[in-house]
Amino acid sequence: MGFKSYCFKKSLWLFHFGGASCNNCDIEILDCLTPRYDLERFGMLLVGSIRHADVLLVNGSINKKDKPRLLEIYEQAPKPVLVVAIGACGCTGGIFAEGYTFAGPVDNIIPVDAYIPGCPPKPEAILAGIVKLLGKN
Amino acid sequence: MSKQTLIPIGPYHPLQEEPELFKLYCDGEIVKDVKWETGYNHRGIEKLAEQKSYDEVFFLVERICGICSTSHPFAFATSVEEIVGVEITNRAKYIRTIIGELERIHSHLLWVGLAGHFLGYNTLFMWAWKYREPVLDLFEMIAGNRNNYAMFKVGGVRRDIENQKIPAIEKVLSLVKKKTDLLVGAVMDDPVFHARTKGVGVLTRQDILDFAAVGPTARASGVDIDVRRDDPYAAYPLVNWKVITAKAGDVFAKAEVRLLEMYESVFIIEQCLSGLKKEKEGDVEVKIKHIPEGFGTGHTEAPRGEVFHFVLSDGSNSPARHKIRAPSYTNIATFKKSCVGQSISDATISLAAVDPCYCCTERLAVAIDRQSGNRIMNAKEIISHSASITNKLLQHE
Amino acid sequence: MVLNELKKTFAKEILDSEARSKRRVTLRIDPAALVPISVHLFRELGFRFIIASALHTKKGFEIYYHYSYDGTGLILNLHVILDQKKPEIESLSNMFESTNWIEREMHELFGINFLNHPNLDQLLSEGNWATGEYPYRKRFKSNEEVQT
Repeated sequence: MGFKSYCFKKSLWLFHFGGASCNNCDIEILDCLTPRYDLERFGMLLVGSIRHADVLLVNGSINKKDKPRLLEIYEQAPKPVLVVAIGACGCTGGIFAEGYTFAGPVDNIIPVDAYIPGCPPKPEAILAGIVKLLGKN
Repeated sequence: MSKQTLIPIGPYHPLQEEPELFKLYCDGEIVKDVKWETGYNHRGIEKLAEQKSYDEVFFLVERICGICSTSHPFAFATSVEEIVGVEITNRAKYIRTIIGELERIHSHLLWVGLAGHFLGYNTLFMWAWKYREPVLDLFEMIAGNRNNYAMFKVGGVRRDIENQKIPAIEKVLSLVKKKTDLLVGAVMDDPVFHARTKGVGVLTRQDILDFAAVGPTARASGVDIDVRRDDPYAAYPLVNWKVITAKAGDVFAKAEVRLLEMYESVFIIEQCLSGLKKEKEGDVEVKIKHIPEGFGTGHTEAPRGEVFHFVLSDGSNSPARHKIRAPSYTNIATFKKSCVGQSISDATISLAAVDPCYCCTERLAVAIDRQSGNRIMNAKEIISHSASITNKLLQHE
Repeated sequence: MVLNELKKTFAKEILDSEARSKRRVTLRIDPAALVPISVHLFRELGFRFIIASALHTKKGFEIYYHYSYDGTGLILNLHVILDQKKPEIESLSNMFESTNWIEREMHELFGINFLNHPNLDQLLSEGNWATGEYPYRKRFKSNEEVQT
């Protein structure tokens, strides 16, 4: 067992960063925590600070004002950290990629471990993505 | 002058909808001033719309806000149809109204849940979000996606609601009604909810008029405005319903207005469904070949209030100018009135009462100079600073 | 009706009027008369300010101030045309709170100057685009005046 898989062996705590998004991905992430999907049964918990988190969920197209803040949050994250880009905007910039404030996509700014496409991805897809990511390490 | 403490909320916190930064200037526990900083979510949509054709703009405006993803296309369609001067078919009107009202139900459920969460009433949060799921399932059945339904186009709707789907919708509606009873009980009978929300974040009638606030925020303060009734569009003139208002203007009144509006929405959808049965299936769009020069204004009542679109056409295939006003744009400004003079613990629910949801604590560690509010150190500098202090201490030993 | 009264009171200042329907009326007004007309609409007649839309066209900078007369569904658009080279107009924000942000936004995106505005700080950007550059301005082929 490597160091990385040792770190991610037990409950993962998630921190959510919403860039310039349309809220849909934010709400679907939150939806994962509610009774129908119940992410917490896997020991996953949405936490209020990146300093407590193992996984950084990023959604939304990142604009020029978000970019330095995303970098700063990534710097504050205890390493190793897994970064998941959620939604079409997180993966590629989506419909907002042509905008004049666009500075992303996420993988141009910080290294990304998993991409979950969709507009918005269904909660099932988000769960499947994170479970696959766990299997990878 | 007493010393004021700056308490930032945002920009990135776990339960946010959009990243925005509030600066609460507090004296002790009391909020003295609120400042608002935005731009974290600026995507230049109005500019992007000028590069897209009228059909494509619908996909763009849908993604302005994920929760109101019907209201914006609705207003855009209304304004373009005003330029063309076309009347859509009755079946399309009913379908538009059904989608709009289903959206209101899911948005209000979402708000009630979040309001519960802000107050530490997580049972309400889990309940409301649990019973929101069947509504989203309905959307998936009708449109193929839980959010961003892509139902609208100029001159009608993209897809029909076939008559065979109506029983399934009716079934969910009866469930929603029953569960709304449950939520109303959970809110109205809970002494803690009363204690936390009554008299908190009060907006008077005059405040509403000054800030030009709209939607449930205005209706909770006794300002009786509702675009659905005042300037009827789609199928609203064809159905019966009433506008819910309250007098108190506090957070409790806002919750009350939203909860009772859900019953009205269910009532409207039921009437639309029986209207659908009378219309011919598949008759959902009017073909439009050319959009003439001119401008159109369209407004619709979103769950949060009036959405306003202004479209200027130069006769080409894409809008020459597209101005969008979302309801929160005017509603957020009321924070200046609703938060100031209250304790910090009430500030989150007062901010949330308008329905852009903000809570939790600020999570962007930056050292801020208290007097000037300027940033003096970033995370890296703090770490190196603390490392140098540790080194100094070690040397002393 | 309200509109006839308004036209009588401000007969000189209203240059042009166009009614698409009973509920959609546009009045082109003299930019200098914006403040008295707006105050009259807001204070005397009880109109609600919706928003203002700025445009950049060959005629110059145009602003539509949209007002709603709730209860009747009337949307009244006050249309002003400003100078191409030096667009400026009196601010309404000293009178009403509701116009504060939109004026800041128009100042930022179009470079329209609002005289006597209490706080013309940037609303949206923080290095998103260069200062002095206005992303919503257009270039016109036939016109010499181009983006700064």
